[in-house]
Amino acid sequence: MMVTPEGWEAVIGLEIHVQLNTATKMFCGCPVSFGDVPNTNVCPLCLGHPGTLPAMNEKAIEYATRIGLALNCTISPHSIFHRKNYFYPDLPKGYQISQYDLPLAVDGHLDVELEDGSILRVGVTRAHLEDDAAKLVHAGGVDGRIAGADYSMVDFNRGGTPLVEIVSEPEIHTPEQARAYLTQLKSLLEALEVSDVNMEEGSLRCDANISVHRPGTPFGTRTELKNMNSFRFLQRGLEAEIERQISALERGEEIVQETVHFDTGSGKVSTLRSKEEAHDYRYFPEPDMVPIELSAEYVEKVRAGLPELPAARKERYMRDYGLSPYDAGVLSANRPLAAFFERLSTQTGEAKLAANWVMGDFSGYLNAQGLEVKDSAVSVEALAELLGLLAAGTLSGKMAKDVFAAMVETGKGAPELVAERGLGQISDTGELETMVSELIAANPGPAEEYRQGRDRVLGFFVGQIMKQTRGQANPQLLNELLRKALAGSSPDN
Amino acid sequence: MMLDSHSLTAHECRRLLAVGEATSEEITAALLDRVKAVEGRVGAFLQVDEEGALAQARAVDAKRPEERSPWEGVPIAVKDILCTRGVETTCGSRILKGYIPPYDATVVRLLKEAGLVILGKLNMDEFAMGSSTENSAYQVTRNPWDLERVPGGSSGGSAAAVAAGEAPWSLGSDTGGSIRQPASLCGVVGMKPTYGAVSRWGLIAFASSLDQVGPFARTVQDVAALLDLIGRRDPNDQTSLGLPTPIAVPRGESLAGRRFGIIKEYLGDTIQPGVRRIFEQAVEALEALGGRCCEVSLPSVERGLAAYYIIAPAECSANLARFDGVRYGHRAHKAETLHEMYTRTRSEGFGPEVKRRIMIGTYALSSGYYDAYYAQAQRTRTLIIRDFQKAFAEVDLLISPTSPTVAFRLGERTADPLTMYLSDLCTIPVNLAGLPGLSLPAGFADGLPVGLQIIGPHFSEQMMLDAAYALEQRLQVSTRPPLDVTPAKEVG
Repeated sequence: MMVTPEGWEAVIGLEIHVQLNTATKMFCGCPVSFGDVPNTNVCPLCLGHPGTLPAMNEKAIEYATRIGLALNCTISPHSIFHRKNYFYPDLPKGYQISQYDLPLAVDGHLDVELEDGSILRVGVTRAHLEDDAAKLVHAGGVDGRIAGADYSMVDFNRGGTPLVEIVSEPEIHTPEQARAYLTQLKSLLEALEVSDVNMEEGSLRCDANISVHRPGTPFGTRTELKNMNSFRFLQRGLEAEIERQISALERGEEIVQETVHFDTGSGKVSTLRSKEEAHDYRYFPEPDMVPIELSAEYVEKVRAGLPELPAARKERYMRDYGLSPYDAGVLSANRPLAAFFERLSTQTGEAKLAANWVMGDFSGYLNAQGLEVKDSAVSVEALAELLGLLAAGTLSGKMAKDVFAAMVETGKGAPELVAERGLGQISDTGELETMVSELIAANPGPAEEYRQGRDRVLGFFVGQIMKQTRGQANPQLLNELLRKALAGSSPDN
Repeated sequence: MMLDSHSLTAHECRRLLAVGEATSEEITAALLDRVKAVEGRVGAFLQVDEEGALAQARAVDAKRPEERSPWEGVPIAVKDILCTRGVETTCGSRILKGYIPPYDATVVRLLKEAGLVILGKLNMDEFAMGSSTENSAYQVTRNPWDLERVPGGSSGGSAAAVAAGEAPWSLGSDTGGSIRQPASLCGVVGMKPTYGAVSRWGLIAFASSLDQVGPFARTVQDVAALLDLIGRRDPNDQTSLGLPTPIAVPRGESLAGRRFGIIKEYLGDTIQPGVRRIFEQAVEALEALGGRCCEVSLPSVERGLAAYYIIAPAECSANLARFDGVRYGHRAHKAETLHEMYTRTRSEGFGPEVKRRIMIGTYALSSGYYDAYYAQAQRTRTLIIRDFQKAFAEVDLLISPTSPTVAFRLGERTADPLTMYLSDLCTIPVNLAGLPGLSLPAGFADGLPVGLQIIGPHFSEQMMLDAAYALEQRLQVSTRPPLDVTPAKEVG
């Protein structure tokens, strides 16, 4: 973790691009899909052929409205599109259709929970709709970078995918806060089911505006850090840029307004474009599109259809299940995991046990194998059966872990594995009582010691029984029976 | 029987086909013969699809009459700004040389669905920028009334083809007068519908907020019928609404009680005396038909030209950005960098007028200039809309000369763009206000056609066509230019 040097403060604003997972593109009927054969999901419109016109995807408007509402924004009753003009081969029309001075959602916030449990409220300036550019593939260079490439190819499958850009206020002050903001924004978007929010695949992308200043003085000159494609790189990129700016200022140099690129290999930032090279996008209202007019009824309908959001879910887990803030936070952040937990909890009637297992062995297994919840080999029902055996005392905690591992490996159910391996705990009081009284009778010395007050001797008896039963005696029951029997076996009685 | 190509209006073709007096193949062949006879002098077509047209005609003839829809088998030609699937579409530009669209413009699809036989693609000013068709990258089109003169533009090919009897009717497009001005100069009827009445899908964009597709024909009834065929709402064009009701063929010959407003601003010195004389005669004819004419003032229309030459170039600067050599059309060879490829492709591909407008538009939208130019032009546009609204509270329709002058000589205005821009003085405000406008042949000055412009409120096309029909019947203006007499074709 980075510590900003004494006397300096970083000021960070984030611009997040979210690809919407609508069935079709923003302005045409081509499917939105990742990983297909290049240039197969295309038509005259998304190839920018002459004479084509955009037809708005209403689902994209609904998704953008959902995002705006979840970020506590005001949804504009009237918003319009602008053309943002620049030349690049990934932009077939020569302009992007975006929103400029009248965006769909404005003036919201996200309450970000930081590691110390405190809440940072980050203002959301705006959330607006735009169409995504195509994807450039550079061949012949290093790591697919354009520098040194022999030639470049354009894949228009991505071109025209609906995007929502979420712009934060410059109210983030450390790379850790930035990471927490992005993490919680991601789980919010996941809960809204509007995007795949996959940073590696580019459905969630992040740019940052960064400046540093001494608190109480005006903001410094900012730079724009481009396209950090993982949470780790966001944090490391911000750290590198903040350090660069502070040391430059301390050397008496000035910060130049520019766009910088974070090189993940070297961990250094380098200039991408200076202010002089910056585009004049020549924004003007898009004449091919009609304004987006959203009635109050429409907005309320979308609001009513919003799923439970992570913050509300966390509250509910603490209230209804009695989970700790930490546990509730972990479980509520991931929607599929939360759903799994809730069903497990209902089926077992043991919320805390369910929470421990979902966060513990279950998550451990998913992470180790790189699986999503939906891909798990162990169903909610199967895990509920295992936890049932655990709760009934048939299995010890240790044994349950082993059985779980076997379930993952074999795909068999817990009862079947328990029977197969003769794993059931001996919880039969009569059977254990007989063993206990035989053991005490055979060891009058230690029994006497116990009665003299040497509690530790109990361990000797437990160990003996466990040895006899190959560890399958129910420990709680055994303890209870031993104490009773030892006390009752007094020759004085 | 003899088929005189000039007598072949669309309604006449329909009648011949309906009563079985001629086949679609005979009609199509007669028109193709006419094309062969006069194209060397007129130059209206960029492409004649002889084989395709004849095949289409034969397919219609193979159907039983009762299986045919009303206009099936009637030929038409379309401006090369409309995308035609599988048929080269250049928009009059070198940058689109060899471009074969993978889809049909909605209006082209509607024509095909109605069974019309498409004869070919018509010449135009490059990207519809111009008023004489001299900005075509490919060829000169001449005015059938005087081959030394321009046909007007940008839809000069569409107007000339209909005037020369090469097609009964045609489609053009109008951004600032590009249908009405050539209709006026070539002595045919042309109509720019209300913005939104006709789909722009597949119309290669010049200025999106102003462009409309519209019909040309030698009679008002044909214009009405063609408008009815294309005036459909289209989900592919968000700005399209379609016509609110079908257009009925105009038949009434009285204008009793109809109030006409004469636009005062278009009676000044910019109007040629000969044009003014014909206009005054048309006013008298309207009154003789029972119409009431009075002068109305629309002060802001005098700023229309200035506002237009900011808004249209601004929109075109973005609309033409897609011609970058990456995916289709012309691409410069031997470029070392991406930037050089763009620069050379566009330098080689675009003509001077297109470059001029891209530069004007780029400048007008630039940071620091936007408010002074683009925003100011949009405010002017609002004033123009209000002036028209006020006028239509007083009168039913507005009238003016369509063009301040008759057809000018080839080359006469090419050296001075501003003089060329003045050709559209009377038509431009109509596009800025999104209104329908029609040009009707009203007579001749020095042997050259003069058009009367009729302007109506939004979606008043029926009223305009009814008025134009009544006036057409009264004036009986010839639509037969003094080209060589058609070699008539023996049929049957």
